[in-house]
Amino acid sequence: MAYENGARENVTYRLRVNGRDHDVAEGWLGESLLYVVRERLGLPGAKNACDQGECGSCSVLMDASLVCACLVLAASAVGAEITTIEGLSTGAGATRGPSATQGSGALTDVQTAFLEEGAVQCGFCTPGLIMAVHDLLDRLPSPTDLEVREAISGNLCRCTGYGRILAAVEAVAVGRRTVGEPDKPAPSTRPS
Amino acid sequence: MPVVVPTTLAGVFEALAADPHAHLLAGGTDFMVEVNFGHRRPPGVVALRAVSELRSWRIEGDQIVLGSGLTYADLASGAIASRLPALAAAARTVGSPQIRNAGTLGGNVATASPAGDTLPVLVALDASIDLASAAGLRTMGWAEFFMGAKKTARRPDEVVTAVRIPVIDSREDYLKVGTRNAMVISVAGVCVCVDFTNRRVQCGLGSVGPVALRAPEAEGWVAEHIDWNARAVPDPRTYETFGSMVGAAARPIDDHRSTAQYRRHAVGVLAQRALMRLV
Ligand SMILES: Cc1cc2nc3c(=O)[nH]c(=O)nc-3n(C[C@H](O)[C@H](O)[C@H](O)COP(=O)(O)OP(=O)(O)OC[C@H]3O[C@@H](n4cnc5c(N)ncnc54)[C@H](O)[C@@H]3O)c2cc1C
Ligand code: FES
Ligand code: FES
Repeated sequence: MAYENGARENVTYRLRVNGRDHDVAEGWLGESLLYVVRERLGLPGAKNACDQGECGSCSVLMDASLVCACLVLAASAVGAEITTIEGLSTGAGATRGPSATQGSGALTDVQTAFLEEGAVQCGFCTPGLIMAVHDLLDRLPSPTDLEVREAISGNLCRCTGYGRILAAVEAVAVGRRTVGEPDKPAPSTRPS
Repeated sequence: MPVVVPTTLAGVFEALAADPHAHLLAGGTDFMVEVNFGHRRPPGVVALRAVSELRSWRIEGDQIVLGSGLTYADLASGAIASRLPALAAAARTVGSPQIRNAGTLGGNVATASPAGDTLPVLVALDASIDLASAAGLRTMGWAEFFMGAKKTARRPDEVVTAVRIPVIDSREDYLKVGTRNAMVISVAGVCVCVDFTNRRVQCGLGSVGPVALRAPEAEGWVAEHIDWNARAVPDPRTYETFGSMVGAAARPIDDHRSTAQYRRHAVGVLAQRALMRLV
């Protein structure tokens, strides 16, 4: 890679990812958060398909807000709480990779629903969609069909045609409503 | 330190004084695309994301003052949206939820793309721009600020800190055409503001010129054809004539997104439709 101005500017900083501090030593200052979590922190869950905010496969939470990690300058994310797909499932234990950190490996209700409803084919879009769906259902537990479609409008899937993804979201919303209210039947349809 | 994340505006000026070639970074949605594709190589970065004073708004006299760090998500709902419905409508059309959570008003203004969705609204609402530097604050009207495609009157040491919009009694809307509903850069966009306070109509056109344009002839003509007491348009033919006059004010070009001819047609139809919704 050629760099203007002669020198390559490097920076050293600390990021907080999935509840843990990670030191980044001597990274090029222009590196995106997506590049850093994947290539430097050993968290390959967020995917890179476009590097320009178009596909959503790199979606992460930054201070509880859903963003494209490819559009976050990693060195500017100092002090923010970042959650990647690896940090979604709670509990101790190791996943794979050098960070061997977050999560028990147990799947969240959204992940389980994606599998059960057949919303995962090649799986490339899946981590980003799972992040988007968690973000949606945490804000809006009973979204309308339009709200679901809007919430996943920044996530492209080339395989499923989205029908099974919408079904998975529906299944989670219904499931979460039924938990704790066993006597009430789950509504079979949402207003749309 | 080549990447600085100050928490106050004073800290931003200090960082810029220490590193005058540093690039300002807000939500990163324009900036990082350029970096990722090798079109921008910042020697240093001053990030604005932690400057909370930029992510607020207030009423000051007869103006609403919007901090440049407000995101599209901030503009699209809540108190700002009910005061500035056209700006909220424009914000809702931007990108995707991820882009609206990160992208800021100040970034859209500073980038000054011909297709920037907030710009037709700011132009229609007669906004002015606050520019601050260690040397002080200046406020500039939109016509002076937006100089051309991606060209503004901002000096490199200046930060866009706020956008000022006059408080009026109005009905206003923003409509946009693109090739699909989500994640689409505008092919044509129109803001129409029917201003009952001053009994005039103001119209901002996007993606049909190097900068957002006004349509002075159409605006003047249509103001004569509104019954201001009844807040209505007595003659329904007014809408179509207004639309074609707005189309005539456009200065569109052919490019990879659309043709000049379609753009001129589309802004006219959008303007007509917006006016029908408003009065
Ligand atoms: C997938 C995608 C979809 C998009 N869709 C749309 C769309 O539909 N409509 C639309 O209008 N735009 C769209 N954009 C473009 C972009 O989101 C907007 O222009 C956004 O407002 C830029 O703001 P930002 O905060 O991300 O700016 P940044 O990317 O951080 O900065 C952009 C430029 O402005 C400068 N800058 C930022 N803030 C300031 C400030 N306060 N003072 C001085 N200079 C400053 C920076 O130095 C940089 O040169 C899209 C972008 C992407 C990636
Ligand atoms: S890789 Fe970030 S949105 Fe596509
Ligand atoms: S499952 Fe293949 S892209 Fe979505």
